[in-house]
Amino acid sequence: MYCILFENLSERLEDTFKRIRGRGKLTPKDVERGLREVRLALLEADVNFRVVKDFINRVKERALGAEVMESLTPAQQLIKIVHEELIKTLGEKAVALDLSGPKPIPILLVGLQGSGKTTSAAKLALFLRKKGRRPFLVPADTYRPAAIDQLQTLARQINIPCYNPAQGETPVEIVKKALAEAKAQGYDVAIIDTAGRLHIDDQMMAEVEEIKKAVAPREVLLVADAMTGQDAVNIAKSFHEKVGLTGVILTKVEGDARGGAALSIRAVTGCPIKFLGTGEKLNALEVFHPDRLASRILGMGDVLSLIEKAQEAFDLKKAQELHDKLKKEAFTLEDLRDQIRQMKRLGSLEQILKMIPGLGNKLKDIPFDEREIVKMEAIINSMTPQERRYPKIINASRKRRIAKGSGTSVQDVNRLLKSYEEMRRLFKRVRKKGGLQALARSLFGR
Amino acid sequence: MFKWFKKESPESPDTEGNRPQQTKGLWSKFQKGLSRTRERLKEGLGELFVVERIVDEAFFEELEEALITADINIDTVRSLLNPLRLKVKDGQLLKSSECKRYLREEMLKMLSIPSPAFPPLARPAAIFLVGVNGVGKTTTIAKLAYRLKSEGYKPLLVAADTFRAAAIEQLETWSRRLEVPIVKQTPGADPSSVVFEGLKAAQKRGVDIALVDTAGRLHTKYNLMEELKKMARVAGKVLEGAPHENLLVIDATTGQNALRQVELFGQALPLTGLIITKMDGTAKGGITLTLAHLFKVPIRFVGLGEKIEDLDPFEAEAFVDAILP
Repeated sequence: MYCILFENLSERLEDTFKRIRGRGKLTPKDVERGLREVRLALLEADVNFRVVKDFINRVKERALGAEVMESLTPAQQLIKIVHEELIKTLGEKAVALDLSGPKPIPILLVGLQGSGKTTSAAKLALFLRKKGRRPFLVPADTYRPAAIDQLQTLARQINIPCYNPAQGETPVEIVKKALAEAKAQGYDVAIIDTAGRLHIDDQMMAEVEEIKKAVAPREVLLVADAMTGQDAVNIAKSFHEKVGLTGVILTKVEGDARGGAALSIRAVTGCPIKFLGTGEKLNALEVFHPDRLASRILGMGDVLSLIEKAQEAFDLKKAQELHDKLKKEAFTLEDLRDQIRQMKRLGSLEQILKMIPGLGNKLKDIPFDEREIVKMEAIINSMTPQERRYPKIINASRKRRIAKGSGTSVQDVNRLLKSYEEMRRLFKRVRKKGGLQALARSLFGR
Repeated sequence: MFKWFKKESPESPDTEGNRPQQTKGLWSKFQKGLSRTRERLKEGLGELFVVERIVDEAFFEELEEALITADINIDTVRSLLNPLRLKVKDGQLLKSSECKRYLREEMLKMLSIPSPAFPPLARPAAIFLVGVNGVGKTTTIAKLAYRLKSEGYKPLLVAADTFRAAAIEQLETWSRRLEVPIVKQTPGADPSSVVFEGLKAAQKRGVDIALVDTAGRLHTKYNLMEELKKMARVAGKVLEGAPHENLLVIDATTGQNALRQVELFGQALPLTGLIITKMDGTAKGGITLTLAHLFKVPIRFVGLGEKIEDLDPFEAEAFVDAILP
């Protein structure tokens, strides 16, 4: 029952537009029909109802009478407009942190309980150190048991100094003393972790206002969970009104939440989303890129740019051959190498694969590091043609030879073989479900 | 339903330590929560039902908006409203008060899922608390331990979140405050081994209920979900039939992703119930209705505040009345 809900928007739109394919213009009726699907997709992605309404109205204005580009179907044309409008709403490009002013520059993290403030504080510190800054962490959550311990432990793990509050110090005292300490020791950014609080808890909101007054932060970042539902607007609005936000960190993005909350928050506060928390490791903090999130909210992978990119770079004949091979399940290491070579022209493998609707989520367990790709190709190059075609014959001694030849280790060879095996299985699965045919269709131009 | 409101214990420790908050009874707290919901829904449901009016398409649209804004899934909203729409189509004139009565009944029907007695009868019984990061598992474990202890049971805390920094310390703090024993190992230890040791200890010490705190994990992480399965297998080796309860903790602020959480955690472990936390905010957890509608998993408890006793058995009527003022 559930998969019906998450049916891909592009498929749904294609379906809606089936009857009117080939016409050159989007008529009011087409737009109406298409936008009904878009509205549902946005609501399912947790974009707030009111925000959806405004958004749909804007898209409608633009879409009415828009010419359908020759290379696109009406559905794709509409998706293109929706996508562009989404990016516009999310903010056209990444906005960097404001790190001007006297040092140490205070950055205040605020948010609800469990949104990920403490982890984000540590991640941000690590991020800034990599940019050549000297960050200092300040644990000002005196409420949750062991919250200070938590930040101090994380700080130790990444070897970044962290203030050590005395017993009984209040959050305001902590931040004042911590800033003085950071200044004395020459640190240039102070990242302040505050207690999680409900936006309607007046006393706690007053406290965070006081903290803000005490340190005059350059940045006040709302840490918000990507899984947040309709209430995101109320949360963001309250925090913005009371503390004055300058930006947002969206956390737990590595899950499968569509992250519509980001759109809601952006729409009601006007504050840019600055970072995404993308994993449990402390280096899993990414600068926010609106286009990626836009595709995700639509739940469709970046279909359009995949089509565009693919048509530029893919050798259609090779792709057809690959498609035939996959059909016969004879996917060899040679094919993998062809893939790798083509992918290198396209951009990162992970990015490409993520763009394929319905495939993105299944790839989680296959390691695709970009440096790995260079290694992968080298390993395959060091194999004999026979080995490439029949990987089963690769025994321990062959592995040693291949490793030597490619300047890698036997473990690397094993890893490649495992990835290959997993990929083969994955393609088999995708093929069975008809997903690949859909992919092939989109690659070969409908 | 008044069980939700009856308690007033100003002495009990606060889940967040020394939070500057005057002690309020649950009653006033919940009432405050209710009035907030009402305020928020005034634009939608409140007004809709205040004045008796004829039900037409405009009415349905407003109603739909109000329900969706409470995070109730579109499918659920439709299956609630479509029968009413059909009636109107058939020429039956409905009044808004009838509409409300019907909605209330339908919602209660969705929420009436048989749930076995809590705590489970086995001795010792093992209860796993699982969920994504930051939903409040550790705090909920403490609240559950407090609750069980005050009901006369002997609980034991098992600190199987060996991953998050200071998670063990957090649970230890609770163990001290509540005077409930704890079994723990060092950070980074194999959580299955903590489960093994914890349940062995529960057996030996004649504990009634072992509450197992697990690390927060996103349901999409294959390896972490496998780890969870392994922990359950290990539990089953120590105690027959363990874990006797697998409770998925869900944040009331969560939107549609809660469906994926129930689906995927449910694939890893047979879920015996849900706990909805943070119900004291402005989010009213309408997703709860959808979860009950689509998955038929009983909702065991709701977290209504930051104090240790702010965990109460789920009462469908109170919940529905909060959504339909």
